[in-house]
Amino acid sequence: MTAATEILPIMPPAPRTALTAKFMALSPGLRALVATGLGLFALSITRIVAGADDLTSGNTLIATLATAAPIIAVALGGLFSERAGVANIGLEGMMVLGTWFAAFAGWQWGPWAALAGGVFGGMLGGLLHALATVTFGVDQIVSGVAINFIAPGVARFLSSEIFVGKGANNEGTISSSPNIADPMGRFSIPGLSGLLKDIDQKRWFFVSDLAGVLRAFVDQMAWSTLIILLLIPISIYILWRTPFGLRLRSVGEKPSAAESLGVAVYRLKYISVMISGGLAGLGGAWLVVNVRQYNEGQTAGRGFLGLAALIFGNWQPIGVALGAVLFSYGISLQQAIGTKPIKALYLFIAAAFLAICLFVVFGRRSKVAALGLAVAAGGLYAYYLNTDEVASQITYITPYVIVLVVITFASTRSRPPASVGVPWRKGQST
Amino acid sequence: MNGTLMARIRGALLAPAIAVAVSVVVSSLALLISGNSPIAALRAMFDYVTTTASLVTIINRAAPLYVVSLGVAIGFKMNLFNIGADGQYRLAALIAAGASSAFSLPRPLHIAAVMIIATLVGAAWAAIPGILKVTRNVNEVISTIMLNYVATGVSAYLLVNYMRNDNVANVAETKSVPKSAQLPSLNGFFENFGFHFPRLSVLNGFLPIAILVGILFYLLIWRTRFGFDLRITGASPAAARSSGVSPKSMIVKTIMISGGLAGLAATGFLLTEFTKYNETFPLGLPFTGIAVALLGRNHPAGVALASFAWMGIEQASRGLLEEKIPPEISKILLGTLLISSVISFEVVRRRNLTQTIKHAAHAVPGGLSSGGPPPAEPTTTGATS
Repeated sequence: MTAATEILPIMPPAPRTALTAKFMALSPGLRALVATGLGLFALSITRIVAGADDLTSGNTLIATLATAAPIIAVALGGLFSERAGVANIGLEGMMVLGTWFAAFAGWQWGPWAALAGGVFGGMLGGLLHALATVTFGVDQIVSGVAINFIAPGVARFLSSEIFVGKGANNEGTISSSPNIADPMGRFSIPGLSGLLKDIDQKRWFFVSDLAGVLRAFVDQMAWSTLIILLLIPISIYILWRTPFGLRLRSVGEKPSAAESLGVAVYRLKYISVMISGGLAGLGGAWLVVNVRQYNEGQTAGRGFLGLAALIFGNWQPIGVALGAVLFSYGISLQQAIGTKPIKALYLFIAAAFLAICLFVVFGRRSKVAALGLAVAAGGLYAYYLNTDEVASQITYITPYVIVLVVITFASTRSRPPASVGVPWRKGQST
Repeated sequence: MNGTLMARIRGALLAPAIAVAVSVVVSSLALLISGNSPIAALRAMFDYVTTTASLVTIINRAAPLYVVSLGVAIGFKMNLFNIGADGQYRLAALIAAGASSAFSLPRPLHIAAVMIIATLVGAAWAAIPGILKVTRNVNEVISTIMLNYVATGVSAYLLVNYMRNDNVANVAETKSVPKSAQLPSLNGFFENFGFHFPRLSVLNGFLPIAILVGILFYLLIWRTRFGFDLRITGASPAAARSSGVSPKSMIVKTIMISGGLAGLAATGFLLTEFTKYNETFPLGLPFTGIAVALLGRNHPAGVALASFAWMGIEQASRGLLEEKIPPEISKILLGTLLISSVISFEVVRRRNLTQTIKHAAHAVPGGLSSGGPPPAEPTTTGATS
């Protein structure tokens, strides 16, 4: 680990209690499991205190998983590109290309073709990004911004040429595609899904909440969602267990070192950025398959949320997926269920802030941070007590504020791949 | 001397020329494939855009775009990516609209007061990502994107609950900006010089303000200590730090100026054509501003040209409807223009750099190639001139 200490700025190690030290010693997968369990436990208490059953019901969690799927796909896309040292702010644009091509393929050949079409469209975007940043050495953020511009324009032009007036009921317009005739299939594990549903509906403390979480994975899940969830372990395997993954990550850390060992840096970056685009496109295709239609503006900033999840997850697949699920939880509470659980969520966040505040105080860290957290917790609690219903505009911003707060607190420990954002030329010595 | 000047001009024009050529070729191909004539399209666009009414519309739209783009550009100058102009502009438009009818002042003062309010709101909202970046190391690209969503929600909340004009039943909108805060039309001024405006064609009074901002921008960046520090910080934060510049304070100041300009740009519409904030208020402008800043190479003259050209192409595309050519081709044209120009700028910059190195190597006896590290390339987007 000497390389890491060289790259990281010198920081005093954060004081750790015995408990956190034990927690940090766990493997990432176990750590995620423990964190999820603790979070669920706390949510379970909150739902009972606040009387908001939907906070953890299976329906909410099914909606969460569905919201999360495209964000996870995009975030994994970001992971492949940034791990190879190419910042990819153009994910949103690649996702847009994915939605258009998915709709075209789906309209012609059905929902499975739509997924393939989405991957293809996203890869086109990735190819353009790779061409600009790898071959021509354009600033990566600039190229990404440009792709976010071009993609909606291309989609709109193509729609005007191809979609207008087409479809079974002539439903195609310049901003929406003809419908995809068949829906994507869903699967349930018979027996298990029914059992979990029963337990979920009993609303027992913690047990039902756990059943709700499990049910989300086995009850009526679309195949497209399952594919994206399976991509998490697949990505881990590729990035950490194959020579390709090792080369990819080495290019992201120190491309000249990788080159000196014989890695074809340009080719590897091209492949990574195209995988990245393909995954973003798959996320777009998921959206199209979900409603069986392309609509202009359908991605609604999910590409950016994916980027945020990437940073939240500290460029680690499990963390990235957890981040996506966390944001989606905020979004789906608001969209699927209404305002009461959101109100309960404020209580939950207030409690979480208070807990972190105590942790900070006992860990003898910054007093300012503790004070800020205490004030925030008090404010949220007062808001919780004094409102009957959260205004819809406030629920709208909740997930984004969560992202901001989390990134603000996590950012000092964030460790992006060392060469992200730095244009690199063949034969360059540093 | 004359020779190098000519070479410099050639060098400066080479990249845009390549970009324009590529984007015209790509768009023409797209038109040909879709069964339309590129020549007819060009003709229709040209005929439509060269009327006085079109030119007035273009200038009216380009002036606020210019100001918001300069805001983005000042961030780019020091490699600070303010993607949050959208939120800064939106909140500034709403709050300035709501505040303008809350007090009354004589005309020039009222206008100035509303503009200052809009600028301060934009700057304050932009200060958040700045402070998060310097205190918590939060990447400004992510925080500004998130703050755009937050600004959307907050502005909707403020509009419905605090700033709404209760006399209008079905639409959530603010009261109109009072006459004393509206910018005067420039028609009268130009008619003194013998110009004739078609009926209903009004040249907005924001143009002089945009020009003034452009001049101040130039002076600030190239003629002040602050501008020097800013360019140094953009080119090399390490060099800036060792010469006594605090990158942290530069970051906060710069992003606040950037946000302030985004806020000021909102008054370009608010105090002219759109006198209230509602659904029809043009909110897409800051997003375009990012592209225009890139096209204009973050230079006030380049950005002016780019804002005019961008709005010109958008306006011209309306002429395509009469020829039954899809006006969406303008999106392809603008998109390819953007990506081909960022690529060609980079390629030309690199070419010039290698030539400079070659010349230097010839000037040094024995050459540079005999040893020593190759010179580091300056980063893109910032360090031109």
